[in-house]
Amino acid sequence: MSEKYFGASVKRKEDAALLRGKGKFVDDVKLPGMLHACFVRSSSAHAMIRGIDKSAALALPGVIAIITHDDLPEPMRSRRLPLYVPNPNMKQVFMPCVLADGETVFVGEALAIVVAESRYIAEDAAALVIVDYEDLPAIVDPRDAIADDAPLAQAGAKNNIVCNVPVRFGDTDAAFAKAKHVFRESFFMHRGGPFFMECRGVVGQWDASAEKLTMYASSQGSHRFKRTFVDLCDFDENQVQVITNDVGGGFGPKGSFYVEYAAVAAASMLVGRPVKWIEDRRENFVATQQERDQYWDMEVAADEYGKLLGLRGRLLHDGGAYVTWGLVLPWIAATSVIGPYVLPAYHLDLVVVMTNKITCSPVRGAGRPQGCFVMERMMDRIARELGLDRAEVRRRNFIQPAQMPYNIGLTFRDGKQAIYDSGDYPLSQQMALDHTNYPAFEERRKAALREGRYIGIGTANAVEGTGLGPYEGATIRLSTSGKIVLYTGATPQGQSHQTTLAQVAADHLGVSYEDIRVVTGDTNSIPFGMGTFASRTAVNAGSSVHLAGIEVATKIKKLAAELLEVSPDDLELKNGGVEVRGVPEMRKSFRELANISVGLYGFSMKGDRDPGLEATSYFKPEQSTYANSCHVAEVEVDIETGHVQVTRVLVNHDCGRVINPLIVNGQIVGGVAHGIGNALFEHLLFDENGQPLTTTLGDYLIPMATDVPNVDVIHTETPSPLNPIGVKGAGEGGTIAVIAAIISAVENALTPFDAKLTNMPIMPEQIVRIVNGTNKIAAE
Amino acid sequence: MSVNGRTYERDVEPRMLLVDFLRQDLDLTGTHAGCEHGVCGACTVLVNGRSLRSCLMFAVQANGASVETIEGLANADGSLSILQECFHDHHGLQCGFCTPGMLMTLTEHLRENATPDEQELRVVLTGNLCRCTGYQAIVEAGLDAARRMRAKKEAAE
Ligand code: FES
Ligand code: FES
Repeated sequence: MSEKYFGASVKRKEDAALLRGKGKFVDDVKLPGMLHACFVRSSSAHAMIRGIDKSAALALPGVIAIITHDDLPEPMRSRRLPLYVPNPNMKQVFMPCVLADGETVFVGEALAIVVAESRYIAEDAAALVIVDYEDLPAIVDPRDAIADDAPLAQAGAKNNIVCNVPVRFGDTDAAFAKAKHVFRESFFMHRGGPFFMECRGVVGQWDASAEKLTMYASSQGSHRFKRTFVDLCDFDENQVQVITNDVGGGFGPKGSFYVEYAAVAAASMLVGRPVKWIEDRRENFVATQQERDQYWDMEVAADEYGKLLGLRGRLLHDGGAYVTWGLVLPWIAATSVIGPYVLPAYHLDLVVVMTNKITCSPVRGAGRPQGCFVMERMMDRIARELGLDRAEVRRRNFIQPAQMPYNIGLTFRDGKQAIYDSGDYPLSQQMALDHTNYPAFEERRKAALREGRYIGIGTANAVEGTGLGPYEGATIRLSTSGKIVLYTGATPQGQSHQTTLAQVAADHLGVSYEDIRVVTGDTNSIPFGMGTFASRTAVNAGSSVHLAGIEVATKIKKLAAELLEVSPDDLELKNGGVEVRGVPEMRKSFRELANISVGLYGFSMKGDRDPGLEATSYFKPEQSTYANSCHVAEVEVDIETGHVQVTRVLVNHDCGRVINPLIVNGQIVGGVAHGIGNALFEHLLFDENGQPLTTTLGDYLIPMATDVPNVDVIHTETPSPLNPIGVKGAGEGGTIAVIAAIISAVENALTPFDAKLTNMPIMPEQIVRIVNGTNKIAAE
Repeated sequence: MSVNGRTYERDVEPRMLLVDFLRQDLDLTGTHAGCEHGVCGACTVLVNGRSLRSCLMFAVQANGASVETIEGLANADGSLSILQECFHDHHGLQCGFCTPGMLMTLTEHLRENATPDEQELRVVLTGNLCRCTGYQAIVEAGLDAARRMRAKKEAAE
């Protein structure tokens, strides 16, 4: 096999339809007799629901049904959403039921679904539904949630603590006892929501005669949704089909199964017609899961050279109302702190609490940005206290390439020891510093200062566990039309799976990547799938495609060899067929072979042939692969307005072998923009009663075209030994370290004001306070 | 109203938004609604040559108007327009949800500004949010499209 497409910046297969307005997003689905739904949502952060009066709403012409929890079909009514990521450290588990049952625990929780002839009528009706609330005290601030006498976020809870568990290795007490330097910092970190451009949505169609449910969903993994329907309704596997076509961004929270989806399915079952629900942006702000607040109280111990000896402290994580994602997010944060550095001892008390806010879900980066932020801020603190250069402190602490594979001493979120498989961290930083002429920056900064301009530079490193298991599958099939189709459960939301997976397959089959049709996100096309999250598709699905490609190519050659009476070794796959190397007249087309392979009606199968030319592979990585990055950011701060302009970002990323540089760089640049939002703009605010205050894209700012600089992307390429194609994940690497780099740069720019930044995001008002010398409260 | 050169006559409720009318009544689902409160720009269409947010406009307000949407951008033979081609070449779209708005906003701007620079295009695009691309590839696509349009015009002259 020659590598023609693997590694090439080919253009995307996805574009032809999308550029013509012919995409197939969930809101584009139109079925005969389809009705439209909207939800009645809780306006109280915590209340008992004493009654729901639907009479006025039902009287409205065009309203078909209003369904509350009590109206749901069994067994859905008496079930709660299943928890798919259990963790023995969780002391109590609260999962939502489909439509609130007597108690509501966050503003925006779905209480009833209104089904009507049009969305306009459904919204009119929802406004006429009267809910009788008996308000209970709401827990909004996670720091209040841990008090002994704190009100309860869930009426049935013992307290608000989901978990309180040490994450640790080494002897921190001894490390701190012998340390020359010990520094304390308290960090407040907030990450907002995904804010994909396409809100959530589903269309449900229950076919009563076939007893079959078809769901079209904007999702990150149709198989996961299918599994939840199976579990909620006690269906057979073949009673549910979930189809995910084009998806307008996911970034984590579209991987969750939401009660709204089950409610739409139930509505279709009850009214006997297809039902569509498309989330509007206001709902998206109150009912799509978000990442949120973390408070870290940390101490670092270092020797006289600035080398790390130990790190200890507590992480308090606001999990929101339910624990849909278990401990995934804070666990990743807790284990990502170590980064590319040798840390001899670590002790973190991980405390996760429930509050009366929307459930927390991982968002692009998934706790890694927070872990990275803690370590990188500590590096800067050590540099400042010891009078060292910031990059130099990092250099002194790097894990060296010769130490690979490197066991950091913790269990990662994949359940395995976190063992870094590959990477050259010193080289990664050195290349980034060279590219940005980092050593010359201090002179530039001082020169700018003389002109009254405040510029700064920051750098940050991250190691990210990517390519998480358990597996992803791929089936490659030669159909009797001669066409090659590739099926996978990995469901894209813009990451270009159709192109990159076709590239991997094409090299094995001797065709152009354009000739391979890639079907993603249809549960009927491949039995098992996990979906897209944790930067896992290239590793899992990519490897499966590679293995299936080899197997199909072998089968094709075997059959052709029999027919042409030659050895399979003399054959090559070329131009949609197989031919004897150097003798192109001796050739069998794929179409011919595929037809022969399925046999003749009534005739015996020849030899030991199995029917069909296809192969399915489920690559199961033994552990995560660890990608890494070094980010350098430059900023200019307007000290009058507090505005921060990010003027330059360079990312040196290592995702092992790159399947398509154009696409990987697109992922990195997009990830950087997301990180800029997290560093400078995005903050979901709630009042003391748990009412969300940021519910439009006018209140909650995501970066605009003028907020993002051109990003330089370079790659160090250390192939992963853990999968056959040597890849590591790339979907989140742009986001993770850029936040710490930008905030370090802002601090650097504000050197004349002795700024010490320990929080994210940094808002203009905070900068103005620092400049005015009134910044008494760094962390809220 | 005329949409992409074709005339449509429909009775609509006064409160029907233009975006819903295009998508639901005319089945032109290429125009997307990302916020329905006038911030994201995904719903941008051209009405009598001007970019407008179809989520902030009632269908009846477009009575008699000439509307252009993403479905009308490709050349008559179905091939991609220069701007669409440049989005393809520069990886100017990932999920593609913001793309209709990006294309319509840039189409309008490039018709009147043959020699835009990068900062100008960034300012023009502040009315269109994209969560996937970080804008860089979109801006590059816009600049390249302007270059290719100029080259084409020179070649024709
Ligand atoms: S949908 Fe019109 S601006 Fe967002
Ligand atoms: S390409 Fe996804 S929002 Fe722009």
